[in-house]
Amino acid sequence: MELFSNLALGFSVALSPFTLFLAVAGCFLGTIIGALPGLGPSNGVAILIPLAFSLGLDATSALVLMTAVYYGAMYGGRISSILLNIPGDEPALMTTLDGYPMAKAGRAGDALVLSGFASFFGALFATIGLMLLAPLLSRIAYQFGPSEYFALYLLAFSTLGGIASKNQAKAALASCIGLGIAMIGLDNQTGMPRFTGGNLHLMDGVDFLVAIVGLFAVAEVFVFIESHGRESSIGVKLGKVTLPVRDLTKGIGTMLRSSVIGFIAGVLPGAGASLGSFLAYMGEKNVQGEKGGFGTGVPKGVMAPEAGNNAAAGGALVPMLTLGVPGSGTTAVLLALLLTLNITPGPTLFTDRPDVVWGLIASLLIANFVLLAMNVPMVKMFVHILSVPAWVLLPGVMMISFVGIYSLSGSYFDLLLMIFFGIIGWIFRKLDVPTVPIILGILLGNHMEDALRRAMILSDGDWRFLFGFRWHTPSSGYEFYSAIPSSLLVLAVAGFVAPIFLRRVIKKPQAVSD
Amino acid sequence: MKLSDRLFGVVVILGALAYTAGAFQIQASFMSDPVGSKTFPLMLAGVAAICGLIFVFRPDDDPAWPGRMTLGNIVIAVLVMVAYAHALKPLGFLIPTAICAAILSFQISPRPLPATITGLGLSIGLFIIFKYALGLGLQPLPKAWLG
Repeated sequence: MELFSNLALGFSVALSPFTLFLAVAGCFLGTIIGALPGLGPSNGVAILIPLAFSLGLDATSALVLMTAVYYGAMYGGRISSILLNIPGDEPALMTTLDGYPMAKAGRAGDALVLSGFASFFGALFATIGLMLLAPLLSRIAYQFGPSEYFALYLLAFSTLGGIASKNQAKAALASCIGLGIAMIGLDNQTGMPRFTGGNLHLMDGVDFLVAIVGLFAVAEVFVFIESHGRESSIGVKLGKVTLPVRDLTKGIGTMLRSSVIGFIAGVLPGAGASLGSFLAYMGEKNVQGEKGGFGTGVPKGVMAPEAGNNAAAGGALVPMLTLGVPGSGTTAVLLALLLTLNITPGPTLFTDRPDVVWGLIASLLIANFVLLAMNVPMVKMFVHILSVPAWVLLPGVMMISFVGIYSLSGSYFDLLLMIFFGIIGWIFRKLDVPTVPIILGILLGNHMEDALRRAMILSDGDWRFLFGFRWHTPSSGYEFYSAIPSSLLVLAVAGFVAPIFLRRVIKKPQAVSD
Repeated sequence: MKLSDRLFGVVVILGALAYTAGAFQIQASFMSDPVGSKTFPLMLAGVAAICGLIFVFRPDDDPAWPGRMTLGNIVIAVLVMVAYAHALKPLGFLIPTAICAAILSFQISPRPLPATITGLGLSIGLFIIFKYALGLGLQPLPKAWLG
């Protein structure tokens, strides 16, 4: 079977000692990043990308390292949710609801072990789903032309906006700002400078890594200065860690249902892991009903969101790899990594670079088992790392960000730009303007504009082309009609409008922005 | 009060106007396509301006802005970072990093001794990691000192 030969290729890449070492190191780093409050998967991966470059890693190795960090951060986020009642990252928010009550009742160890297993279950489910679904989707995406891609980008922005903020206009503005920043620099098609104000540093455009590290990491430092690091203190002590077999076997149904929900939420462009854990928790709460006691510290209440969150993390890789449209903030950062490595994700990736794709999938499978080992028997070690105080952690993050960006270009201009993005990020967070669409805009802006312009070249300037009308010569009337672009556009509009109405029905606990 | 969003809306509209003006400054090239270099930026400016109008006329509630002390702290942090960005090349890694990290640490938890230790520790520790484990070409001290 094709799948098995592909997997064999993947494992032959992933099982080389160096790649294996990177996967283990990535899992370890990722779990720490996820566990530390204030350092989420997107900042963590963003800060590490410049360092991965300076190590001179090739594409496969860099990708393996970063996705291991990504998966690790998704596992690690639960640790501080359970012990401190502070989500280590956004997707782990739902885990606080039952995890912290469990810890207060003296079952911190059980909660950590059960959520660790649930994370493993969800992530494994999603990796297998990725393996099966991605090649199929890439075969469909092969047929996509510029008008389909333009509609797809629009869909990504509108759905991302739909869940990232309470205010749709603010989400739309964030996308515009990102896309607007992407326009800075030389025009791809004509070679003319745009919006540079005569500044030579801006000719190449704004590097998305500078924006990512500024908006995520530097802004976080300002938030911490504002709160005086109040948000980090060890709350609950961890006793003995044992394996609660009965709770685990009783929760298999919960984990399976939550993984399915999470995976679907992850695959949808723009939705991401936060939505996955939210829907999984809410869904399971309904299934269990009043008797389930969700919110009072029940094991199923930590298993559902963790399975959902990790399944969504894997699901979000599907659109990123097959279409080049990321499904979440962190996969947007991973897309940035790929683009900088000169790999363009998309349907051709599966035929042109099978070593990269299948090597990545095999590494993910391996990383899952490594993470299970790290997060269940060795969880105590990470609990100790949690006691690093904010006044050491944040200056450290800051200095690593500076050196990372400095090592990319060696120019102080990029550092100043990073600080500027940090200030913007802090103000925007205050005003509830989501920052993830800005990143996505900077990343995809030029692709989106190119898609529009190439579509218009094909149709000789007839805008009906964008809606799926096709013809051989513009004057002869259209020959046939393709439903894909307009259905994507309809979905985009629905994805943008629906949250306005849904928000009245579902009360959200907090803005979602992973 | 809903002043923040209204003010933000005005800034967004002004920004969109400036962006529009910038789009008209783009020079035409001998290569051309039906859409051209201006259309997409102008579309973005249009959508942004509409968003700005929405903020002005339908603002959200004000967020909790920090007091004058905290705001001052953030301004100091920004100034320290800007100074660091300028100092990194001429002064080398160790000295600016130690000072910058110590000040940031002090701002999060205002105790002089732990902040100084954090600054020194981060500066030396990170230098060792970056230089010897990751192999970055960092310069430790000012060039003049090294002769």
